[in-house]
Amino acid sequence: MPESMLLAAAAGVVAGALAVGVVVLLRRLVVTSKELGTDAERATYETLHLASRAAKHLRGDMTEADAARAGRHLRSMLGADSLAIVMPHGLVAIDGDESVRRVAERLAEEATATGKPQVQRRIALATDTAETDAVAAPIRAGGAAVGAIVAFSAPVRAGLVRATGEVADWVAAQVELGELDASRTALAEAEVRALRAQISPHFIYNSLNAIASFINTDPAKARELVLEFADFTRYSFRRHGDFTTVAEELRSIDSYLKLERARFGDRLTVTLQVAPEVLSTVVPFLSIQPLVENAVRHGLESKEGGGRITITAEDQGAFAEITVEDDGVGIDPEGLADVLAGGTPGEHVGLRNVDARLRQVYGDEHGLVVETNVGAGTLVRMRVPKSQPGRTAASVDAVSRPDGRLVP
Amino acid sequence: MNPAIGYVAIAAVAIASALIGFYGLRVSRTTSDFYVASRTVRPWWNASAIGGEYLSAASFLGIAGLILLTGSDALWFPIGYTAGYLMLLLFVAAPLRRSGAYTIPDFTEARLESPWARRVTSILVIVIGWFYIVPQLQGAALTVRIATGLPSWVGSVAVAVIVAGVVAAGGMRSITFVQAFQFWLKLTALAVPVFALLFVVASGAPAALPPVEAFPPSAGPGDHDVYRTVSLMVALLLGALGLPHVLVRFYTNPDGDAARRTTLIVLGLLSVFYLFPTAFGLLGRAFAPDLATTGEADALVLLLPGRLVPGLWGDLLTALVIGGAFAAFLSTSSGLVVSLAGVISQDLLGGSVRGFRIAAVASAMVPLLVALATEPAGLAGSVGLVFAFTASTLCPVLLLGIWWRGLTARGAIAGMITGAVLSGAAILGGAAISAAVPGVRPLLEQPAAWTVPIAVLVTVFVSRADRGRVPRGVDAFLSRLHVPEHETR
Repeated sequence: MPESMLLAAAAGVVAGALAVGVVVLLRRLVVTSKELGTDAERATYETLHLASRAAKHLRGDMTEADAARAGRHLRSMLGADSLAIVMPHGLVAIDGDESVRRVAERLAEEATATGKPQVQRRIALATDTAETDAVAAPIRAGGAAVGAIVAFSAPVRAGLVRATGEVADWVAAQVELGELDASRTALAEAEVRALRAQISPHFIYNSLNAIASFINTDPAKARELVLEFADFTRYSFRRHGDFTTVAEELRSIDSYLKLERARFGDRLTVTLQVAPEVLSTVVPFLSIQPLVENAVRHGLESKEGGGRITITAEDQGAFAEITVEDDGVGIDPEGLADVLAGGTPGEHVGLRNVDARLRQVYGDEHGLVVETNVGAGTLVRMRVPKSQPGRTAASVDAVSRPDGRLVP
Repeated sequence: MNPAIGYVAIAAVAIASALIGFYGLRVSRTTSDFYVASRTVRPWWNASAIGGEYLSAASFLGIAGLILLTGSDALWFPIGYTAGYLMLLLFVAAPLRRSGAYTIPDFTEARLESPWARRVTSILVIVIGWFYIVPQLQGAALTVRIATGLPSWVGSVAVAVIVAGVVAAGGMRSITFVQAFQFWLKLTALAVPVFALLFVVASGAPAALPPVEAFPPSAGPGDHDVYRTVSLMVALLLGALGLPHVLVRFYTNPDGDAARRTTLIVLGLLSVFYLFPTAFGLLGRAFAPDLATTGEADALVLLLPGRLVPGLWGDLLTALVIGGAFAAFLSTSSGLVVSLAGVISQDLLGGSVRGFRIAAVASAMVPLLVALATEPAGLAGSVGLVFAFTASTLCPVLLLGIWWRGLTARGAIAGMITGAVLSGAAILGGAAISAAVPGVRPLLEQPAAWTVPIAVLVTVFVSRADRGRVPRGVDAFLSRLHVPEHETR
């Protein structure tokens, strides 16, 4: 009887899972009770645990909600009755008694102005008949005080004053780390801008020369090339959006290749194999075009008789794989490894830039994979996840004409 | 019938699918047709692909068999399978397309900002996918047995091995064309025989049962059980929303509008398709009443052409039907295996190429073991139960996630687990429980009508109780889901 068999199997699985769960739970109980350690160890653990939980709210652009969440952990770390985090632009987060806000702001201002911890005793509270003491310590990040921590407790002892000072220094370190993250992002953005600037001089010069050679002999073609040139520069120089779709990137590659073919003539053949599933995949802006440009400029330009470029985009379940292959002169693997590792920039700077940005956005396992040797052609492969809920492809703010060309 | 024809039909479909899978990329040799290659998939193509992926063994063989067995009750299945797309069109297609999340686990993680919600969803998606593949393999076993006379297990093993091999070898580099091809193959494979049979019947060849016996009032619409019908419709309408392989297809659309248009075309295509299994079922009631036994009824579509049309033409029609049936098993299973392998490799194996291959093999082999260990119990019915399970687990989270800003990770997890436990217990333990308490039998045979509302209520109540943990990015995320693309530019 198959149904009863299935039932028995299901019951067996459930019972087995429960048994395993119980054993794991018991084991964890035994292990933790053994390993809780001495009071000092436990206090250390407690402090570090609270610190690490608070830390994640202190990085980056702090909002009032972030500060409030961090404040909760910091207050239990200090054992204070109430705790206020006062940051610049009037951002105040209070954990505990809300009525201390006015005092907290004043003390914070004094602490930031003097750069020294401030202690005030016997503060009357609105909500409570008892009086409380307060200590404020400045948060000094990058040589200047950017805010203050104000702890309220009755009474404030020397220990709390010292601890508040330490906590303020620790918060300052977190804020500085956040700024480091921000400057890293800014650096990456600057790199993208640098890449946009790098395409131009060489390519613009060659393209204009190629166009010029057609003006008298074939004005229609010259006109078409000028339009391609306009499309290409429009896409490359656009100001907004860090991401685009594979389809748009391919369009810009098309314009680019048309211009190059005007120069190369029949010496440049291109094969394109695209799975339509990946066309709407989001990729970093200008992440495929530099690979093609690298293939043309460093693979085929110096090869006698030109060659072929093959661009493929495949669907691989949760990922899209894009490869650019040329049968040109190839690259010395060691030299390329040096360039990708951040060594002497020169040739292949486009590859390095794309590699760095892919790693930064998707993690180290999504860097470029390059298969090459001298005289053996080059194959560059990138693999990006299709699912990127946080990222939208900024569209070129122009409407597509029916033939696919962009009109301004 | 002649086994050679069966072999040829099966081999031809398998080879054609594999070839399209491997070489189905759009190739252009010159830059002049660069635009052709870089143009996104037209809604028509995509709709055909969705149809190809969606029309499984249950639709191709199961519906006709169920009409033969139970009469007009079975007509609710095609209605439900098609109308599920109406729900998809109305509530899910465009917003999900705009979310940028590629799978349901990705969606729940992005919407609820919780890795735990993701894990629970992933497990459910994998379980649903596995149990959806099982009926496909059972259908393949039946088809191979009838077409070639080989033992049943050969069919299941063949489909599982073909699908796992092709997917793991990277053969689905562009699955859209494979699925679109298989949709039109399936439609042809049912439509041509139906017209041929109607022609033969109209020219008055074989003897039919008298209408009163073929279509007795007891199997007609007057005899419907309201609860069962409502519950089945809830399962089919809402279950279609959460099927993993269906949702993935919408990402091939360039934007939300195209996603909606695609769904509309799918509705049309499915409506046309379902005319033919229904016609087969009705013909079967009149001309092949002896097949109306559990286990054999699903073979009606395969056997009827040979019975009514003797000689070579009958063999050719049979070959066409067998090919279509194989297309149904292959397309649905490969679509499911691709999306399951994506989820498994991403969540468990780090998302590497090798992980994807291992996951593809695992996603085909686990259902194979289940299919070999269990007896087939009616294809349309078992797929209906998978729909009920999907409707009680993923559907509440998907709908509330898109349309209600108050959903929290805890609410979603609580709802999914409640739905899974209730509907899972009803489906697996139904026979044992109703043997002890006979009164609850209909409730357990079609559980969706009570498990879905309970799952939704649990989700809502736990989310309300957990109000402080509404994800911080919810407003931004929801506005992204609901604001049309061209206005955000």
